[in-house]
Parts: sequence; structure tokens; C-alpha cells
Amino acid sequence: MSGAELGARLRARDRTAAPAALNLLETRTARDEAARLVKAAGDGAGHIVGVTGPPGVGKSTLLSALLKHWRSTKRSVAILAVDPSSKRSGGALLGDRARIEHDPHDRDVFIRSMAAGERLGGLAPATRAAAQALASAFDVVVIETVGVGQSETDVAEAADTVVVVVQPGSGDALQFLKAGIMEVPDVLAVTKADLGAPARRAEQDLKAALKALGAASVPVLAVRAIPPATGIERLSQAIDAHRAQLDLAAKRTRARRLGALADFVHEHGERGLRTLGGRRAALKLLQQQDPGLDEPELLQRLSAAADG
Amino acid sequence: MAHRLPQRDRPWMIRTYAGHSTAEKSNELYRRNLAKGQTGLSIAFDLPTQTGYDPDDELARGEVGKVGVPIAHRGDMAALLDGIPLGEMNTSMTINATAAWLLALYIVTAEAQGVDPTQLQGTTQNDIIKEYLSRGTYAFPPEPSMRLIADMVAYTVEHVPRWNPVNVCSYHLQEAGATPTQEIAYAMSTAIAVLDAVKDRVPQGSMPQVFGRISFFVNAGVRFIEEHAKLRAMSILWEELGRTRYAVTDPRALRFRYGVQVNSLGLTESQPENNVQRIVLEALAVTLGRNARARAVQLPAWNEALGLPRPWDQQWSLRIQQVLAYETDLLDYPDVFEGSKVMDGLVDELLDGARHELRAVEERGGAVEAVPYMKAALVESHRRRIARIESGEQVLVGVNRFTETEPSPLTAEDGGILVVDPRVEEEARAAIANWRESRGDVTAQLAELKRVAAATDENIMPATLAAARAGVTTGEWAAALRDVFGSYRAPTGVGQAATPAADEQLRDEVARVSEALGRTLKILVGKPGLDGHSNGAEQIAVRARDAGMDVVYEGIRLTPAQIARSAIDEGVHVVGLSILSGSHRELIPDVIAALDGADIPVVVGGIIPEADVPALKAAGVARVYTPKDFELDRIMHDIVALVAERNAVQV
Repeated sequence: MSGAELGARLRARDRTAAPAALNLLETRTARDEAARLVKAAGDGAGHIVGVTGPPGVGKSTLLSALLKHWRSTKRSVAILAVDPSSKRSGGALLGDRARIEHDPHDRDVFIRSMAAGERLGGLAPATRAAAQALASAFDVVVIETVGVGQSETDVAEAADTVVVVVQPGSGDALQFLKAGIMEVPDVLAVTKADLGAPARRAEQDLKAALKALGAASVPVLAVRAIPPATGIERLSQAIDAHRAQLDLAAKRTRARRLGALADFVHEHGERGLRTLGGRRAALKLLQQQDPGLDEPELLQRLSAAADG
Repeated sequence: MAHRLPQRDRPWMIRTYAGHSTAEKSNELYRRNLAKGQTGLSIAFDLPTQTGYDPDDELARGEVGKVGVPIAHRGDMAALLDGIPLGEMNTSMTINATAAWLLALYIVTAEAQGVDPTQLQGTTQNDIIKEYLSRGTYAFPPEPSMRLIADMVAYTVEHVPRWNPVNVCSYHLQEAGATPTQEIAYAMSTAIAVLDAVKDRVPQGSMPQVFGRISFFVNAGVRFIEEHAKLRAMSILWEELGRTRYAVTDPRALRFRYGVQVNSLGLTESQPENNVQRIVLEALAVTLGRNARARAVQLPAWNEALGLPRPWDQQWSLRIQQVLAYETDLLDYPDVFEGSKVMDGLVDELLDGARHELRAVEERGGAVEAVPYMKAALVESHRRRIARIESGEQVLVGVNRFTETEPSPLTAEDGGILVVDPRVEEEARAAIANWRESRGDVTAQLAELKRVAAATDENIMPATLAAARAGVTTGEWAAALRDVFGSYRAPTGVGQAATPAADEQLRDEVARVSEALGRTLKILVGKPGLDGHSNGAEQIAVRARDAGMDVVYEGIRLTPAQIARSAIDEGVHVVGLSILSGSHRELIPDVIAALDGADIPVVVGGIIPEADVPALKAAGVARVYTPKDFELDRIMHDIVALVAERNAVQV
């Protein structure tokens, strides 16, 4: 099936088109078809939520609980689980999807594992395009990545709302936040709330750090994702509230521009970037483009500028 | 006469791990085995019973009565033990996640026979940590699982004092590839985790009594000298642990007590008659030296790698034990290794290694917290073992050396295995529906069970016994607890396995095919059904990753619908399924049906009898691999060729 057809099916909210659409977007030798898919799918109204955090904090368990909540409110959900598996051999082990509890008969849930690039927490090449295309067919599109520190940068560019997940007692997030290594997330979720005092302390420390950074309005929520789950509905509300106050069109335009730049660097490297006059100049060039252009079109403009 | 015993020793307890089809059929088998001179019972439960599902559950499909007997309620247990005097019997039950429940059914059955619980003797396996690491029949998350174990220990010490509530298993660690030091260290770490959990749930001062009730279930491979040294090392460590950590002083309580089933991992499908010698040598490992001799022994059958053993196959293994115990002079002497430099040296070596690993587990917060660490270490050890066999460094007679063979008369008739009647499952489904209708209302008992489960400071056993008496089913009991405790997926351990120097030619092939496909060759490795033996699937997943494929591996216990959905959503080029429990005839066609026409080839590996291959091929399976195909790289080449062919690209 052609890219245009698959894109049109997604636009018509036909969620059974998702697997074939992802296959095409991941096909390196079919860039033009993939571009047609993205164009045909359009800029979807679905909420793109980035969920990121260090390994072992319980992201999958939290996603299971969120997924259950979203499905109970009849929202369709796509999850792109970006896996950090070693690429030393060129292969990857993708195993997260089974940890996200879901009903295999439910066609309103779609989960896809993607092998990440070389960078821990970095997005797979097709992740951004996939998230945008799926946002036409699903109410919520989650991009799950692993890591703390630089990883939020990638996912923050691609997502409407970024949730950083931390667990009590792990000082990393706090230190990174204070040191400015980690960008300020839109929502902070502290898992394992059942630990009691350590969880409350983590919550207070994070709140204090955010206040010091002038970001006191960022919600910090303690959740317990294993039965009996607590705080999940409040987390979902906080995610919705962030999106409600967002200038979505501007955010998406920015996401497409940054995505196009990342793709350009991926293809042409630092040398290509220099022919454009450096990163700032490239961004200026992108800002002058029509805000409605999609990512492949923006990439074309950059390539044309570099060639000409 | 220090070299002779004043009186010949009594033999160890002689058992056969048995059970299949139905409670009635298994009862017949037990009676026959006892008449043949077996001195204790060893009950094999089927996978639905072990994981807490009734025979009519979706997940039970293909598994009812296969690797053991289905026991869904007290009626089944009564039929299983009919005519067997429980006051005199010593019964070992291979049951873990649902151990509290099966023990309750056993106690209720004994009550009906007029036998007081204080008279009951036997063992519940009840070691959940090795279920996460190797065997896969867990039902609940680690924390509540450890609580159930602690509750059982606390209850039995008081009410069923001759019962061994926990049999800490090193057996399955070896099956998962553990080295002797890993086997010792991880089993001891597990014992520590259990004892520490019990400490808070028993009256002060009763720890020596508790310590004395903990027994072990070990393995013995064919390197039988080293294996014997391993058991001596374990008894030294155990005594040390009792004295230092739990202040036990009674020498009887400090004794390392263990039962054994010898190694299955090393049993081969090729020239299976050679397995008899292997089993005999392994039996020597656990009986040869008196100071570390097994209390109870059960031997596998020669044809385990082919399928389920028949009663005659099991009789052969029973007779091996009887020849050892009654014909040889093994039981005439004191310890034959006392003063042996070789044995003492080996024991010291193993103690050093084990202490090192024990610290590694302790540093990670103990056995429960260290499950991911231990699992990854086991997958890595197993990977090395397979690499040694592939390279010929480790010899397997009849497999990678001395492979020339005459046709075997042993497997000529009926393929040499037991085939469970497929009607068994149907009948069990009907029977459980009847039971639920006729047993009366059990809502109060289930509500009480949930209340106690949620109240962490109460013992689960009284409510479990009440439920057993009321006729609650295995699936209902487990479902009530799943409601409170939540479900769990154990770590697969594959992510951390080292990348060796992979076959260059294979990696080139994968790279070429991936380039031609336009995206990386993607494979789903799946384990349908309740079979928890994931070692083979894990090794396939790791090797496929090393060859450069993207591998979706989600662990055990997936329904055909889940596997098909994953395959489609993930856009894989090929699906590889692994089944060792004999349910392939039902589950493989189910997966293919659930794929619903999606053009994804399916390959199957596991213990697949030759006779079943044509039916699987007819159902649409592209390739079937059996334990004969021990060279993983050859399987990989084959899979790459299959994907290339289906997608009309060049290898």
C-alpha cells in the first residue's frame, strides 16, 4: 500500500493502518513514500506525550496504569517504546511492550518498539515522523525513552508534553535539574509513592529545586502504579492541563523544524550544517519557512539551501 | 574398623517425579510405582495448576494434564491420593507460586482420611526466586510471593511440624546454565532471603526450628566428581550460615538436607540411550560420599529430550536407584572421600567462588533485589556453555562427537514417548464447570481471602484452608490473590548478555538482507502458553541480536493472541516460537490462526517429536527445530534465508 493511502487511512482514524505505516516510515529506502505518508496524515490533534526517566524507575508499570486509565475514558493510545539496547552488533533486543499491560484484542491500543540510535535516550530516526502521523489516528501518542540528562532534549522537541519519571532516593534527576543538565520537564512523576517518607522527601526536594529554577508551577506528582494504584488520575489530569495551556500550533511547528534539522544533521553531518552557516543560521532559515510545511518538506528546503 | 559402618545405611527415599492426564490416572500410576518399591511420592502438577489457572482458562489451553496432573480443587486432590495412607506417606510436591493452596488441599484431604496435620510428612518446593530466574511458574510479584512463603513456613512450623515448607532449589539454576559456584551462591542467597522474611513472622526464639525445616533441591550434572564436591561445599556453607547468621547450635538443625533430581539439560535427543549412562553417573554424584548424600532421589527418564516419558521409561530410572541402593556396596561404608586431597581441594575452590558470588548478591540487596543480576549472569553462563558445545570444546557424545549411529530399536514403537489424550483437556473443562455449579456459594471465602491478602500482618493459611474446604478452585484462589497483589513479569536477562565475536558471515548476511529490505531484519521470539522453560528462547534471542537483527522478546506466558498482535504491531519479518511442554500441537496452530492471514513466516523450536512435524508443517509452520539442532548459527542462517525467500530478496 502506498504512503499516501496509509496516510489517508490514518487521517480517517483507521488505526489498523498503524503497523503498515510504521513499517514504511522505518524503511530507509522509501523516503519519498514516507514523506507522502506524513503529508497525507496531516497534523493530528492527538496529544503527543513524552515519558522518560532512568532505567528501573517503573516507567512501564506507570504506562500500564496510565494506559488503563486512558482506556477507561475511551481514549485511543499509541505507544512508541524507544529501546536503548546496545547497537554494538547492529542488532537490538526490544522487550518493553509486554511490560505494558494491554488487551491484545483492543484495536484502540497500538504499541511499537523502536531501536534507538547510538545516543542513550535518543530517538530512533523514524520516531518523530511516526508520532506525528499517529497523532492523526490516536487520541494519545506516547514516546517512551530511557535515560536522564540529555535524553529529554530529543523527546522534548518531539512531544507536546514531557513527563519525567523518577523514583525516591535516586538523586540523579535532582542533581541534573539543579546543574541545568536536564531541561525542566512539563510534569514530574515520582513513582513508588508507597515507600512513604522517602517518596515524600523526593517530592519536596524536587519541588524546592524547581522553585529555585523559577519553575514552581511544574507539577510534581507522587504515584503508585502497582495495585492499589494511586495518583494516576491526577497525573493524567496534569498532563491534560499542560496541553490545554499550550499553543499547540506553535509547538508543533517548532517540533517539525527541529525534527527537520535533526534529520538534516543525521544525513549530512556537521559538514552539511557548516555549509548552511551553522546551527543558528539553519534555524533562522527554518523560521522563515511557511509554518504549515511538514518535516520532509522542511528537510528538502534545508537540503536545497545546502546544495545551492 | 573405621573403614566399615557398624551397620549398613538405610537407602535414601526413592521417588519418581510423576503425574499426568487426570487425578484418577495419576493415582493409578502412583499405586503401581509404590508397588514396585518406590518409597515416597513426588507429584508433578500440570502448568495451569502450578501457575494458578483453572483448566478452562484461556492460558491453560494445550497444557491441561500435559507435564503433570491437573488439581483444581479438593475433589481432585482426594482422587489423586485415594487409597494412599497419608499418615505414612512422604510426599514431595513440585509446587511454588500456588504452594500455599496445594498444601491446603493436601491437609484437607488428610483430614478427610482422618489423619492429623501433625502426622503429615513431605515437602512443598515453594522457592519463588528460582521461578523468576529459570522455571517461570511464578504468579505474583516478588514481595507478596515472599510473604506467602513466609506465611507457609510460620504456619507449618507450628501446625504441620514434620513438613518441609520450602525446598530451596539449585536444581533449576543448573538447568538455566549456572556454573557450580553460581548454583551454590544463588541457592544460599535464596535461603537467606526466605529465612530473613520468616524472621518477622514467627515467635522469637523459633528460628533454630525454622532453620532446621529448610531443605534443598539440587541438581547433579555428569561431571560427577566436581558435582559431589559442590554438595559438600553447600553443607559447609549451610552450617556456617546457621551458626553465624541465625544463631543455630543444634547439630541436627544445622544439617544440610537435600533431595535431588539429576540433570536434564545434558540429556540429548540424539542417541537418547546414552542418557542412561549419564543418569547413572549423575546419581553417583549425589550418593557416593556419605557426608553429603541425598535424602531423597528422583531420576529423569532416558527419553526426556524426546517428550513425556512412559511408565516403562520411569520404571527404568526407578530400577537404576534400586540397583545402586540394594545391589552395590555403596551403603556399607563411611564417607569414601574423607581425607581426599582432590575432594578437599575442589571443595575449597568452590567455597571461594561461592563466597565471592554470595557477596555480589548481598551487595545488591539480597536475592529478591538481585533477581535481574542473577538472571543476566545465568543467561551469560548458558550462552558460554552453548558456545563451548558449538565449538566442540565441550564434548557431548552422539551430538557433537561420535555421531555415527545404528537405528535405535528403543524409539521404533510409538516414537518412544507418552502422548496425553487430547480429550483430557475437554473433559477437565466440563468437570470444572460441574464442580463450580455443585459446590455451593464461595463468595464469602474469596472475600475473606482477599481481606487477609491485603492485611499484610495476617497469615494467609487459615483463609486458604477455609477456601479449600468450601470447594474454591485453584484458578479462583489465585485470581483473588492476583487482584490484591497485581501481576508480574520477571526480567528476561537477555539485554545484558555479552556480545561475543559473532559469526562474520552470518552478520554480513543479516546486514545484506536488512539493506535489501530497507529496514533491519526484525524477529519476534515468543513463548506461547504456560511453559516457563525460557532458556532456549533466550539463547535464540541473544544470538539473533548478536547477528544484527532487531529482536522482540517479551518473556514467557503469552497467549497466541498476544503473540500475533505483537508480531503485527511490531512489523516483524519472522516469528520464532519455542515450546518444551508438549502443547505445540494446540498452541502453534492457534498462533498462526491469530496472525489472521498476515504474511509472516512462523518457525518453531523445542521438544517436538518427529511424528508431530508433518502436522505442524501442514498448519503453516515454515521450519521446525529440535534439540538436534544445537548449532544456533545454523538456525540463524536458515531463518535469514527464509526471510530473504519470502521477501524475494537476495541473501
